[in-house]
This record gives sequence, C-alpha cells and structure tokens, in this order.
Amino acid sequence: MSDTEAGRTPEGTAGPSQAAPASPYEAIRAIPVRHYGRWVAAVVVVVLLGWLAYGFSQGKIIWSTVGDKLFDHTVLTGVWHTVLISVCAMAMGLVLGVLFAVMRLSRNPVTGAVSWLYIWFFRGTPVYVQLLMWFNLSLIFHTINLGPIYKNDTVAVMTPFVAALLGLGLNEGAYMAEIVRAGIQSVDEGQTEASHALGMTGAQTMRRIVLPQAMRVIIPPTGNEFINMLKTSSLVSVVQYSELLRATSDIGISSNAIMEMYFVASIWYLVLTSVFSVGQFYLERRYARGSLRSLPLTPWQKVRANLTTLRRPKVA
Amino acid sequence: MSTPDMTKPVAGGVEPMVRAENVHKSFGAAHILKGIDLEVAPREVCCLIGPSGSGKSTFLRCINHLEQINAGRLWVDGDLVGYRQRGDRLHELRDREVAAKRRDIGMVFQRFNLFPHMTAIENVMEGPVQVRRESKAVARERAAALLDRVGLADKAGSYPSQLSGGQQQRVAIARALAMEPKLMLFDEPTSALDPELVGDVLDVMRGLAEDGMTMIVVTHEMGFAREVGDALVFMDDGMVVESGHPREVLGNPQHERTRAFLSKVL
Repeated sequence: MSDTEAGRTPEGTAGPSQAAPASPYEAIRAIPVRHYGRWVAAVVVVVLLGWLAYGFSQGKIIWSTVGDKLFDHTVLTGVWHTVLISVCAMAMGLVLGVLFAVMRLSRNPVTGAVSWLYIWFFRGTPVYVQLLMWFNLSLIFHTINLGPIYKNDTVAVMTPFVAALLGLGLNEGAYMAEIVRAGIQSVDEGQTEASHALGMTGAQTMRRIVLPQAMRVIIPPTGNEFINMLKTSSLVSVVQYSELLRATSDIGISSNAIMEMYFVASIWYLVLTSVFSVGQFYLERRYARGSLRSLPLTPWQKVRANLTTLRRPKVA
Repeated sequence: MSTPDMTKPVAGGVEPMVRAENVHKSFGAAHILKGIDLEVAPREVCCLIGPSGSGKSTFLRCINHLEQINAGRLWVDGDLVGYRQRGDRLHELRDREVAAKRRDIGMVFQRFNLFPHMTAIENVMEGPVQVRRESKAVARERAAALLDRVGLADKAGSYPSQLSGGQQQRVAIARALAMEPKLMLFDEPTSALDPELVGDVLDVMRGLAEDGMTMIVVTHEMGFAREVGDALVFMDDGMVVESGHPREVLGNPQHERTRAFLSKVL
C-alpha cells in the first residue's frame, strides 16, 4: 500500500525551496489613507450619547431605590419564577417540537396533517390570547374529566402556573417543531443511506446519525427561542403568575417607584439573557465537533492564549 | 497483479452471490432500468461501466434495497432482496428485516458519506456496536486493525473534515468492512477524488479483491477493471449491452455502442 498523501509532500518540496535563499527586499512604507469620515461619525455618536446620559441625570429617578430593591426578597422570588416558568415551558416546547416535527415528516398522512394543524393554530394566534384562554378554561369546562383516570374542578387544576406553562409551552412547541424539522431536513440524504447500508434501522439512524447532526442547525435558533422565552414569560403576569415583571411592578405601584422598579426588572432580564447566551456558546461549541477543523476558542482560552504570548519572549 | 486470478470460480458453476432477472426500475415516468439480467459469483470482482445516466448506480443501489425494484427478481446469496416469497405471493419485508439483510452487504459511496460528527475510528465502530451489539472494547480493537489495513492507523482520532478525500474514502471502506460483509458494493468510489489520491483507494480495493471479497464496482477506472476485474459489464440506457471478461470487452468490443463509449474513455 502506498504512503498517505501527507507523507509525500515534504519529499517533493524539500529540495528547491530550502536551497534557494529569499532575495533581499525592502518593506513598503506608504502614507495611510486618512479616514476623516470615521472621526466625524465617532464624535457625533459620542455627543449624542452624552446628551442622552445628561437627560437621564436630569430625570426624577431615585437611583438608590433601584439598588435597594435589586436584591429584595420578592424581586428574587420573581426572578426565580421567571427562570422556572421559562425552563419548564421551553422543556415542554422541545419535547413537543421533536414529537410534532417527526409526525410532520412521517409518511403517515394523518399524523402529518395533525402536526400541520397544531402548528397552524398555536403559531397563528398570539401567545397572549392563548394564555387568557387557558386561564379562563373553567368558563366552558367546569370539570376536567379523563374518564376513570382523573377528575377535578377546572378552577383547581388551572392554577396560574399551569395556565402559564400550557400557554407558553404549547406555543413554543409549534415554533420548535418547525426548527427541529428544518434541522432534520438539513442533514444530507447520504448520511441516512450510509447508515441504512450499515444495517441500522430507521430509529437507530434518527437517534445516532440524523439528530446529532441536526442539533448543529437546531441549537442556535433554539437558544434564541429560549432568550425570547425569558422575555415573553413577562406576559404571564396576565394569568396572575408572580414572575419578575409582576413582582417588580407590584412593588413599584405600592411604593410609588414605578420606573425604578422597571429598571430593576430590566437589569434582571439582562442578567438572565446574558447568562444563557454564554451557555448557548458552549452548547454550540460542543455540537460543532467534526464540522469545523478547529473549534472556536472559549473566552477563557482566549485570555490564556493572550497571557502566554505576553509572557513568552519574542523570537526573532 | 498482471494475470487474472485463475483460482476464482467462474459465474454459473456455483450458487451466485448476486443474481438479477429482468430487473426494472422507474422513478415516476423515468424508466431507469429496463430489464437487467446479471450473475455475480462468490469471490468475483464485477465492474459496471457505462455512460452517466445508464443506470449503473441505480442497479447497485437496488442490490441492497436502497431502491425498490418495480419488476423482475433480485437475489443476494440465494435470498430475495426486499421481499419474502410465500407460495406464489410476494410480501414486502419490514424495515427491521431489510436492515438485517443489509448487514452482510457493504457499500462505499461516491461522496464517502462518513458521519461527520464522529472520528474515523468511531465511524468504523458504529456498525459493529449499534447493529451487531459488539462491546466497545472489541469493536475499537477491530476498528483499529481495519484502519491499519487501509493505511490510516495514525488517523483514528481525526474527524472526517480533517481528512483528505482519499483518506475519507479509505475510512469509508474500513467502515463497510467492519460489518464483515460477504459482498461489497462500490458506487464510483474514486470519482470524487483528486487524480493523485485515486491510487491509494484502488490499492485498498485491489487488496480486498486478492483476499477473495465478492465485489461489484461501478467505476470509470478502466485500468482497475482490466487488472482486477473478473467480469466487465457495459450498461447503456438501462440495459446490459455487453458483458464478459474485461480483456475481451475492452480489447474487442462486439457492440457499436460499447466501441463508441470506450473510444471516448480509453
């Protein structure tokens, strides 16, 4: 068997390139183009920013209230509830999304049509309306009766949390179904064929070959969906669930610091979305294995790489 | 290898590994295969040549049921492909049964189709671990030996994107061999490779042929067909135009269409 092609190259190129010395040269020294436009733009933007900052400094904002209430017990409970409802609704959306995506792609026309209907309804109506409908379900069904399995009053079942979870989760499922479907369809047909040729069944092929590759396409939009979910969860205050927005605005009304408490809410939303953006980076990095020749450096690796180059003396 | 291996049995003497009888295949209105009759004996290397669109690849894909045939009969090692015969009625095989049949048939694709999210050795281990339920330790050991056999022992931990086309195709061959198939199908295995990388892949295939593997090779490599092939089949427009020993078909083609094709590629 002949050598690998990598092994051949040194042999072929070794002779001439090493023998011939590089001819002497003088580096070009030219006067760089002056970008006056960039200077003007920078000055204009800085002035506008300063103006905005000045405006805020003149507003009737009690900044100490913002600081005091940031770690208020009620606010922290609101933050926790926002995370809880977002994670639960997103988990529900993911499970439903995979389920309905597979149904939509199946060759069974009935499951395909049902999946289409689900997506059509839950993506086609505002999530706000859906939340209100779940919350008011008791107006049309007094009891929830699942035959011999379960029976209870709708009012007792449909707590604010349940209404919020159903509203957000079912809505998210419709969006996730389309994201998962796009991911599955993005995987090359040849992958399925190669897997089948090895003797793998359809289910094995989906689990071992198609879904791991689809994940690379699915994760970035799913991260966006989750960050959206953190913010959309503020709508569930309408069903009396005391998440971040409801907790802060209640305090704001009772203590007459309405805008201050919205600032508190915004700070916490920014913290949450920032933290989950970092998580998304690492998740994307993990599923990029094999598709990139070298993985992007994590921020920590970048810092370390910069430190080591600083420390190491330059070799001429 | 200048003379053909005379110890190999000639088709017709024993139960053929592959037998096709009047195989037809259509995609919608397009009639791709128009009655293929073919026999490939065990340990035989059969090369399929012909212009693009002649149905070579489609026929190859019918053999492991990646495509379902519309008419005729196709047997692999005495078993009908894709169907079970009860009395005079045919029953389609279930997904699981089709998968079980495919275990014994290795396939190598023009575009390699390695699993990009797995390293070379994980690609080779995937079939044995998932399909044959081998332990990972055993599968890893065998996979390492197979990678060594195709000359890539040092690339076990590389992802496909880090390998050249020729290296990827050799990993793909190792992946197919890991299932210990009784028949190997090659679908233009060197067509997507740079010319300088073709030789390594053909060397691996030549080694396989010398070890007695039954192979059906769709190829444009006439040199390989002449030196390694035991039989050469020329297809055009969904039909077998001419077949025989490679030297005879290449050296003394009987049909006008064969002569026209060979004059362009030789």
